[in-house]
Amino acid sequence: MAAINRDDVAHLARLAHIEMSAEELDRMAIELAVIVDSVKSVSEAAGDDVPATSHPIPLTNVFREDVVGHTFTAEQALSGAPDAFENRFKVPAILDED
Amino acid sequence: MTELKNELIRHSAADLAAKLAAREVSAVEVTQAHLDRIADVDGQVNAFLHVNSEEALAVAAEVDAARAAGGAAAEELHALAGVPIAVKDLIVTIGQPTTAGSKILEGWHSPYDATVVKKLRAAKMPILGKTNLDEFAMGSSTEHSAYGPTRNPWDLDRIPGGSGGGSAAAVAAFEAPLALGTDTGGSIRQPGAVTGTVGMKPTYGAVSRYGAIAMASSLDQIGPVSRTVLDSALLQEVIGGHDPFDSTSLTDPFNNLVAAARVGNVAGMKIGIIKELHGEGYQGGVENRFNESLQLLKDAGAEIVEVSCPNLKYALGAYYLIMPSEVSSNLAKFDGVRFGMRVLPKDGPMTIERVMGATRAAGFGDEVKRRIILGTYALSAGYYDAYYGSAQKVRTLIQRDFDAAFAKADVLISPTAPTTAFKLGEKLDDPLAMYLNDVATIPANLAGIPGLSLPGGLADEDGLPVGIQLLAPAREDARLYRVGAVLESILEEKWGGPMLAQAPDLKNAVLDAASTTAGGSN
Amino acid sequence: MSVDATLSFEEAMEKYDPVLGFEVHVELNTKTKMFSSAPNVFGDEPNTNVNEVDLGMPGVLPVVNKTAVESSIKIGLALNCKIAESCRFARKNYFYPDTPKNFQTSQYDEPIAYDGYLDIELEDGTVFRVEIERAHMEEDAGKLTHMGGAAGRIQGADYSLVDYNRSGVPLVEIVTKPIEGAGSRAPELAKAYVAAVREIVKNLGVSDAKMERGNVRCDANVSLRPHGRERFGIRSETKNVNSLRAVEHAVRYEIQRHAAVLDSGEPVIQETRHWHEDTRSTTSGRPKSDADDYRYFPEPDLVPVVASREWVEELRATLPEPPAERRKRLKEAWGYSDLEFRDVVNAGVMDSIEETIAAGASADVARKWWMGEIVGRAKVADVDPSELGVTPQVIVELNKLVEDGKINNKMATQVLDGVLAGEGTPAEIVEKRGLAVVSDDGPLLEAIDAALAAQPDVAEKIRGGKVQAIGAIVGGVMKATRGQADAGRVRELILEKLGVEG
Repeated sequence: MAAINRDDVAHLARLAHIEMSAEELDRMAIELAVIVDSVKSVSEAAGDDVPATSHPIPLTNVFREDVVGHTFTAEQALSGAPDAFENRFKVPAILDED
Repeated sequence: MTELKNELIRHSAADLAAKLAAREVSAVEVTQAHLDRIADVDGQVNAFLHVNSEEALAVAAEVDAARAAGGAAAEELHALAGVPIAVKDLIVTIGQPTTAGSKILEGWHSPYDATVVKKLRAAKMPILGKTNLDEFAMGSSTEHSAYGPTRNPWDLDRIPGGSGGGSAAAVAAFEAPLALGTDTGGSIRQPGAVTGTVGMKPTYGAVSRYGAIAMASSLDQIGPVSRTVLDSALLQEVIGGHDPFDSTSLTDPFNNLVAAARVGNVAGMKIGIIKELHGEGYQGGVENRFNESLQLLKDAGAEIVEVSCPNLKYALGAYYLIMPSEVSSNLAKFDGVRFGMRVLPKDGPMTIERVMGATRAAGFGDEVKRRIILGTYALSAGYYDAYYGSAQKVRTLIQRDFDAAFAKADVLISPTAPTTAFKLGEKLDDPLAMYLNDVATIPANLAGIPGLSLPGGLADEDGLPVGIQLLAPAREDARLYRVGAVLESILEEKWGGPMLAQAPDLKNAVLDAASTTAGGSN
Repeated sequence: MSVDATLSFEEAMEKYDPVLGFEVHVELNTKTKMFSSAPNVFGDEPNTNVNEVDLGMPGVLPVVNKTAVESSIKIGLALNCKIAESCRFARKNYFYPDTPKNFQTSQYDEPIAYDGYLDIELEDGTVFRVEIERAHMEEDAGKLTHMGGAAGRIQGADYSLVDYNRSGVPLVEIVTKPIEGAGSRAPELAKAYVAAVREIVKNLGVSDAKMERGNVRCDANVSLRPHGRERFGIRSETKNVNSLRAVEHAVRYEIQRHAAVLDSGEPVIQETRHWHEDTRSTTSGRPKSDADDYRYFPEPDLVPVVASREWVEELRATLPEPPAERRKRLKEAWGYSDLEFRDVVNAGVMDSIEETIAAGASADVARKWWMGEIVGRAKVADVDPSELGVTPQVIVELNKLVEDGKINNKMATQVLDGVLAGEGTPAEIVEKRGLAVVSDDGPLLEAIDAALAAQPDVAEKIRGGKVQAIGAIVGGVMKATRGQADAGRVRELILEKLGVEG
């Protein structure tokens, strides 16, 4: 497993949408390298025959009947919004297209 | 009056409930006594981020009115009606702010109640307020709160544990008889251990997570914080049970917990010492108290056996891959679009991507950022199998270890934390050292099994509380209350009363403060 | 906006072999959302069909809609897929303001349905098999409206507004395997494939299937390779091509554009493209980048869906007849020619004709009315024929009035107009408009006498056995009665009068 470096951290910060200063990137790279090093034994702990556990208590088929429940008013929905206009959440321009 | 109030706040929830039912005291008196205590001491402890006096007293008044009316209105009251409670500020509440200890949610009011809060309201338990925590429950000291650290009532220079340091300290400082915590890797149990209180992490799914702001979904569990084992059992029966809003909620009734806490014997039970969870790396005083408890249980008729869970050596590593992975996804929603803080970039183009980046940079603290970046790394293309995938396999190995251990023992036992409370600031710059605090509590979260921490006495070298952890198989929460209650009663007999009676009196330290605070006390 | 070079389609086809792939998103018409109990309703006031779950508020958890799972299984079965014994949801992590949690709850390596196929019948009857890779469950995003700058375009917008009503609407994404061998019929196949998927989900009743509302949305992948080469070329993904015609045009355009790029010696860029209906062309979107690292992992807040074989068979038993089989059966039962049946299907009146026949009309009568009268009127009114307001009962009643000789065909069309004008039932309209065929022979005989007297030479011819000359007399009578006479009866009476056998 490759060690984590500053460029990795910069890339991860972009993916995670957290702006970071140069100093933060440097510091985080050092800290993460230590942490990653300390957890690397995990990848050698289990063989291919060991199944993964994603839920500690296995359950299956937990469903909801298709029955309408409560809704918010637009006012409730927008009550915590940093910015809103005409009952919609207002956001600055979007750079990326999709 | 002051004496009476001092006495009131020292009662257990069970005793308060009995006094309320017998109408020896009113719910308003009980609630007011705790609000006064908060006013008196919380300037020192900083357990509360928000105090909910008005609503708490209104609920208490409702309880008193129902009792006064008698008949059906009184009979329908829940046993804990009128017993006040504090709620960790990770759990959403209508009518009070919910911050998760983070700047990013400063001033945010949830438009809905968590399921556990609905249950508290249905039981008419006055909610005293919201307690401090490490930001988004990430930490073991409550120092990562954006609103200042909580202090340990045993020594105000020391940490109260974390992330639920606020709930544990509130209960230890007699600001509340009960509190709700959340436990992802030990955030109920480790603060319980270092503050000399009881903390229970129920079986994963025994208590609904709906409305607990998610840290790591497959590990998080809400649970009780109290001063006695019975009180935790009482509270778990209030907040537990199936919730259709939580897909991982169990349908088991979990209605035998209080009864279990009252059984009163452990004769013939097998109690397993986990070889890997004591000894090297554990403080001497912690080890001594642990051994003392073992001896007492043996004297009480339990059989002590040793079990081995060899894969626990991978637990911390697996936890620090799974937890941040889930964190990185769960915390993505805090982006300045729908709720909470929005920060605009200082310069450059004003695009939503940059606003999100600036908001998250300013709104999250270092520990949160560290875990988000670590989790983003563990899930990213090319690393998933080695990190997240492997960690999930380790989970399987640990579950198998526990299965084998529980084939030999009814419950397992270990110290809750390797050390007593450390000094504020001592481990703040060393994330890895901080993470090691949870080495004994994390395995239960990975395996989904219940874990209870109760006071085991004071360490010889520093006179600070030591916690004893009991673990049971999934769904066997009742066993923990049974064994915990017995150990608690033997220890209290030895000490001649509750361990918290030995805690320093905060009141003296606080009288000066109270005299300078208008309306602080009467 | 620069205009991309294109080759003519014919030249592109001479040089290259197209490979297609489709991702079709189907919005289910469940009453509630995929993971919350908020209503799944189109077109309401912004941010009113939401609760805390759809807004991704702190602390919320999803719970799976059982009906949505059943609809997904039905779609899987109708696409001849295998249904996974156990499957999970996964989180697809990416930041976008229309995605409230900044991850989409979807399925990744464990789709609920996989390995299916669909036989697509092209216009000339050729059947082309499209292999289905998978069909998986996920949730829709909210709706962004871009304000300022060029109207409605994301480029140059000052700000955007977000409505989360659509957030959490259940989606099934159907992904094909690479479709090879379509050759020059690729655009036609593209359209026919999307049409077939749309028809299937509509027929299953699991989606409203209105493309104009975004109930069915298509992303079309196109790549070209030189004839004879096995390895696929680099593909483009044209997003949200949201009408059948646009699917055909977009595939055709992309083939022509790719061909021009390849001809120039440049590599095709792997990117998303945007379809523009006005210019019938695509423009470059976002190239694939490292930001496309979606960091999928199993959704920890949801538990696996286990589809027992009993459950699957129960659902299979509820499936309606597949559209293609149904068409085949109806064509045979009705005895229509290939051409007649294709016209009926293309006009969109197959269901209406089926209902009309069920109400008592013959296949020919039903076709005569729907194709002869109603389709034309619907076109004028710009609505679907079935939505014009003609019920099968109206047609049965009209036809009975004609067969009983109460009105003639010409009057019947006037009655139909009356029905559409809301004047009442056919019988009421006949009464009100005084359209009844004159049935009292008295006035009719007078008119016949007059007509015979006016054309004595014709009367003589008929008497002499030239019965075919009778038309002139009938015409005179009809003219005199302003069309209200029953022409058949008139003919009878004339022959009777002249003592000639008919």
